[in-house]
Amino acid sequence: MHIKNQQDFWSGLMFVAVGLGFAIFSYSYDMGTPSRMGPGYFPFWLAICMALLGAVVTLTSLRGEKSEDSAVGHFDWDILFMIIGSICLYGLMLDHLGLYIATPLLVIFCSLASHEFSLMIAIGNAVFLTVFSWLAFVKGLGLIFPLWPEPIAEWSIAAQILIPVGIVIAVVMLVRRIKGK
Amino acid sequence: MELLQHLALGFSVAFTPENLMYALLGCILGTLIGVLPGIGPVPTIAMLLPLTYILPPTAGLIMLAGIYYGAQYGGSTTAILVALPGETSAVVTVLDGHQMAKNGRAGAALAIAALGSFFAGCFATVLLAAFAPPLAEVAFKFGPAEYFSLMVLGLVGAVVLASGSLPKAICMILLGLMLGMVGTDVNSGVARFDFGIPELQDGIDFAVVAMGVFGLAEIMNNLAQKENRVDITDKIGSLYPNKQEFKEAAPACIRGTLLGSALGILPGGGAVLSSFASYTLEKKISKNPERFGKGHPAGLAGPESANNAAAQTSFIPLLTLGIPGNAVMALMVGAMTIHNIQPGPQVMSSHPELFWGLIASMWIGNVMLVILNLPLIGLWVKLLKVPYRVLFPAIVLFCTVGVYSLNYNVFDIYIMAIFGVIGYVWSKLKCEGAPLLLGLVLGPMMEENFRRALLLSRGEFSTFVTRPLSLSLLVLAAALVVLVALPSIRKKREETFVEED
Repeated sequence: MHIKNQQDFWSGLMFVAVGLGFAIFSYSYDMGTPSRMGPGYFPFWLAICMALLGAVVTLTSLRGEKSEDSAVGHFDWDILFMIIGSICLYGLMLDHLGLYIATPLLVIFCSLASHEFSLMIAIGNAVFLTVFSWLAFVKGLGLIFPLWPEPIAEWSIAAQILIPVGIVIAVVMLVRRIKGK
Repeated sequence: MELLQHLALGFSVAFTPENLMYALLGCILGTLIGVLPGIGPVPTIAMLLPLTYILPPTAGLIMLAGIYYGAQYGGSTTAILVALPGETSAVVTVLDGHQMAKNGRAGAALAIAALGSFFAGCFATVLLAAFAPPLAEVAFKFGPAEYFSLMVLGLVGAVVLASGSLPKAICMILLGLMLGMVGTDVNSGVARFDFGIPELQDGIDFAVVAMGVFGLAEIMNNLAQKENRVDITDKIGSLYPNKQEFKEAAPACIRGTLLGSALGILPGGGAVLSSFASYTLEKKISKNPERFGKGHPAGLAGPESANNAAAQTSFIPLLTLGIPGNAVMALMVGAMTIHNIQPGPQVMSSHPELFWGLIASMWIGNVMLVILNLPLIGLWVKLLKVPYRVLFPAIVLFCTVGVYSLNYNVFDIYIMAIFGVIGYVWSKLKCEGAPLLLGLVLGPMMEENFRRALLLSRGEFSTFVTRPLSLSLLVLAAALVVLVALPSIRKKREETFVEED
């Protein structure tokens, strides 16, 4: 048996798995009767429909002619890691280090995801965007951010461990990137 | 002339200095993101959504609407000058628009695009003003069963018209509906699918999902393609189309406007679909189709008018029925609910200043856009030279700040990051995000109406088919699915979407 359409095969499996997951979860809530539905009723049947349709998608991907351009695309793990990693780190830093430190770090770290990284441009961009955030978000729109760092003693345990670890990883990648080119 | 009175009210609202300013801001932002490839109206509107908290509702909606139709103008600039669609709806503009630019008629191409869009925008505004009230009357006759069926039709229509693989798109809708169930159930107070996390009890905000799936995933995909430098046609030349070009463009522009207006009203229609449909139409009825793809003005004027007309008429289902037809409209629902305005037929009577002000502002916005796009074209060309490596950190930052300011909670940032990863995987599997977003917005509404309909019928499922209005809506939805499943149409549809890639 050959998979004719990789994309459909895997997405179908995903729908089946997620559908079954939701169905099992929904079943743990009160189902009720059609005239007096419990919280589990509607999501349960939605989930069943999705799992069934997902199975159809998977099965049809096994039949028919091999379609072109249906391979699952290449995952660029570096880019994924840099972008998502720096965003999560920003979330951690924002509460504890404040906007004025977290913002430039986010900009520099996520700039690493580009194929054409340049430290000078990244720093320039970081300064510009931090000033912009201050002007637009803090002054202009009056959004309430933690602005400056709070004492390390007040940080949560997770933050005390994860923030330094995250920054060290990012700086190591930064240094390797600069030396590499 | 009730219509004139309404429009007078609308213009009196839209012409206040504050609203004019927000319309201008929306148009500028829209043109900006339209010009820049790699960022579209969905993530932008999602990013700005939290900021509309502090604005009055009318001003907020005027600005967000400006972004959507402004992006249609801006997208064509990039398409013509660089052969890169700044916006998905401008994909077909590249075909003939860029060829005209290559033939030294860049200025004329820009003018045709802008004026065609302007004409379409004016027409669609009038259409919106004229058609919305009677449609809203119909909507008042709807009970819960009809609303449920209408939403089924809306969702089915959205995927039938505008997506690749049908079963996959329906799965994405279902997934969206289920994500919409996350959070506290309004009827029983039970927290569903919250995994014991208190933040999830309020549900997943769709702006967070939109920014993850559309914003972040798109950035990662753009970064994966090595940046390729583009040469920009600097020579714009005369902005005046010559007689021949004008004669060929004008009828195409009218046809495009009509087609776009019609397709925009349909669920799932909107800018992208209409520009494709219009190009196909122009090529079919042209006496010399071989000139298409080589700089035929009709191939530019038609789609450009169509996409702008559709961008505006797609507000009709939202404002009259409360049903968003595409992802941008789904975000508009969010903007309205932020201000405790339930989208639907009652908006017109309960918030007439918002309804008519929004419509009037669209016309004003179109005037602004012509001014922004033609005399100031040099400015936008300069912007095109900003490299992506400078741009994307800013987008990442704005997305992150945007979600944070929704609830002032970093938890939303993590959820966005998770959806960024999921969205990236989906993009590799060719699962589209737009149906998911629609489902997410409609999920709670749909469940509520489903429950209420069955409560009223004492658990009889037949209520959906015994009520004539509800039945006809469901039949229509079923017909759409069958129609698309027919082999001949399926083949045609696939061809269209191949072009889109």
